[in-house]
Amino acid sequence: MSDLDFARAQMAVSLGFHIVFAAIGVSLPALMTIAEWRHLRTGDEVYLDLARRWAKGTSILFAVGAVSGTVLSFELGLLWPRFMEFSGAIIGMPFSLEGFAFFTEAIFLGIYLYGRNRVSPRLHFASAVAVSVSGAASAFFVVLANAWMNTPAGFQLRGGVPVDVRPLRAMFSPNAASEVIHVLLSSYLATAAAMLAIHAFFLLRNRESRFHRAAFSIAGWVFAVSALLQPISGDFSARKVAQNQPAKLAAMEGQFRTETGAPLRIGGFPDPATRTTHFALEIPHGLSLLAFHDPGARVLGLENFPERDWPDTRVVHVAFQIMVGCGSVLALFAVAWLVKRREPPRWLLKLLVACGPLGFLAIEAGWTVTEAGRQPWTIYGIVRTSEAVTQVSGLRTPFFLFTALYVLLGSVVAALLTQQFVRSAHAD
Amino acid sequence: MRTEALALGAVMLAALVLYALFGGADFGGGTWHLLARGPRKEAQREAIAEAIAPIWEANHVWLILVVVVLFTGFPAAFAALGTRFHAPLTALLVAIVLRGAAFVFRSAPGIARHHARRWGTTFALASVSAALLLGMNVAAIVSGRPAPLRLTLTGAWTSPFAVATGLFTLALFSFLAAVYLSVEAEGALREDFRRRALLSGVLCGVLALATFLLSGDDAPLVRAGLAQRPWSWALHGATAAAALIALFGLAARRFPLARLAAAAQVGLVVLGWGASQQPYLIVPDITLASASAPLATQRVLLIALAAGALVLFPSLRLLYKVFKPARPKRPS
Repeated sequence: MSDLDFARAQMAVSLGFHIVFAAIGVSLPALMTIAEWRHLRTGDEVYLDLARRWAKGTSILFAVGAVSGTVLSFELGLLWPRFMEFSGAIIGMPFSLEGFAFFTEAIFLGIYLYGRNRVSPRLHFASAVAVSVSGAASAFFVVLANAWMNTPAGFQLRGGVPVDVRPLRAMFSPNAASEVIHVLLSSYLATAAAMLAIHAFFLLRNRESRFHRAAFSIAGWVFAVSALLQPISGDFSARKVAQNQPAKLAAMEGQFRTETGAPLRIGGFPDPATRTTHFALEIPHGLSLLAFHDPGARVLGLENFPERDWPDTRVVHVAFQIMVGCGSVLALFAVAWLVKRREPPRWLLKLLVACGPLGFLAIEAGWTVTEAGRQPWTIYGIVRTSEAVTQVSGLRTPFFLFTALYVLLGSVVAALLTQQFVRSAHAD
Repeated sequence: MRTEALALGAVMLAALVLYALFGGADFGGGTWHLLARGPRKEAQREAIAEAIAPIWEANHVWLILVVVVLFTGFPAAFAALGTRFHAPLTALLVAIVLRGAAFVFRSAPGIARHHARRWGTTFALASVSAALLLGMNVAAIVSGRPAPLRLTLTGAWTSPFAVATGLFTLALFSFLAAVYLSVEAEGALREDFRRRALLSGVLCGVLALATFLLSGDDAPLVRAGLAQRPWSWALHGATAAAALIALFGLAARRFPLARLAAAAQVGLVVLGWGASQQPYLIVPDITLASASAPLATQRVLLIALAAGALVLFPSLRLLYKVFKPARPKRPS
């Protein structure tokens, strides 16, 4: 592996690790806030208990997210200094604003977690709201920066140097809205699906537990709403990609040839050597319909682009199938939950337990789609990843170092959460 | 130089001062966790954990703020920083990650006692390492020595000057932590931290001198900045005065005075470092002016910082009012 490969691998490991904690940091506080609000409204202690339980999870997961996020902010310079030198002035703004959002989240999480007996109930609840809002704001700002990497805007290129920089226009680049909505929904969806799975598991053992019923209801509503909105947001995102990043769309769909009335390929494995996608279930005109809302629309295939500008369609297509597959299954269960939520049958509870990890799987797969699909560019169409990488050699060492560190932290978090899970199982 | 660049430089320096005063003390807590002993060993550790638990994450964000202002306002400096100091920054990050993670693991609900103890030790060792490495990174940045384009354990960040700067940073942070804890703790526990504060306060003076002497060889430009600017000796005088007042406050058990003076002392050290390397962001070639982003960006950034400050400072004030009341509550 070359230094470039190690740099990419280290970034992938760091982001793949952080994104789980970041997503939880956005959405678990929201669940906690809803429970807290239900407690204030009804005076029912069960909701207070629930808010406390979710707060305990938040405290560990947020901390790991905070430190792994710090690593990422430095890694931008450690691994991709030439990217940052080019774009810092253009997209530094959303990162700076994210800094303030993160500050607010950390401050009010401190007050919420440790201040229950020190501040008034109103301020305490307001802190929970502030944590939820600033968590969402953090994600909002960070994703704006990623959207810019996909659809750069807000500057002119003169002799390879960005001039006439307009930071505010760069913040709201063409893909900004679609990406932000998709990522925010995915955070709520993934966390709510995981929480729903946990409490469905306990309801299977004790259907009458008021605690788990309350959790099942709150997590269920967040799950159902986000799972049903996500396909709409996905459609919006796909159309933006079709419009702004045709090579990425082609890679996502395993579309090698340019054709009108292109079929939608479900599953299958693209083979760049023969320029065909094998074993896919093809729905005639499906892709043209989905990407352009017109069954006869012309879809650009990878053949339209020089091969050196192709993303690795094998990775991108498969990841895309995984994401859409998980999302579809979750949307289906959202309907089932809405219909059967009052007296959920055992089969539904069991299936919901099985669906617990699907939201996070979809997040990882979706992140792979957007990052691998942008290759070989760091800034789409402008700066190649091979041009962005650091000139420092010997990147093997930090790659293994951070991978080992994240494997360690990941297993400890998993062990701690499992332990808590088992303990609550005994408590019932 | 443009006013905007200077203003952003001042913001970064101010954020670094606040990072040292707040985040630094959290790292210093690790020292006293590690060195906890005597009959109140566990009580000391609990006091440290209790003092930093609600605030360490917020305190940590000062560092992030410096990073984002640097890469937005001075992208070329951020790129050079990541390229030239890859090895020491990576080491610092590992320490920062382990410190934060170990701290929450040690108090995770239901964790076995021996595991909690092990994570406590990890937290302490990582805190101490982070403080050392922070100082070593600063030393490398001010050294002005060319950095190799490969990862190496030798070079500016492990020179005698860098090690002295690391130890000095660790001593300052540990001193701050002990002073703060002596304000917050009560009774015998307070005496424990008072003794530690006095000891580390004296050590700070010794290490300050050692660092200054070694800077002649390893960081000549900063040495000149420290010794030959018109304000140099006034600044050192003020720092020394603050240090003496802090020690006096501790000796006389006037703890709030000691806290104020210790904070002033550490703040002045950071300010002195920043002022002595001005106008360089990275010695000897990258300055505020040479690394500046376009004017439009720096202006928007300043506006964003001002707007952010309107949310940040009242929130921080609230946080500290809740957890660090000026008058510690009497035991009831």
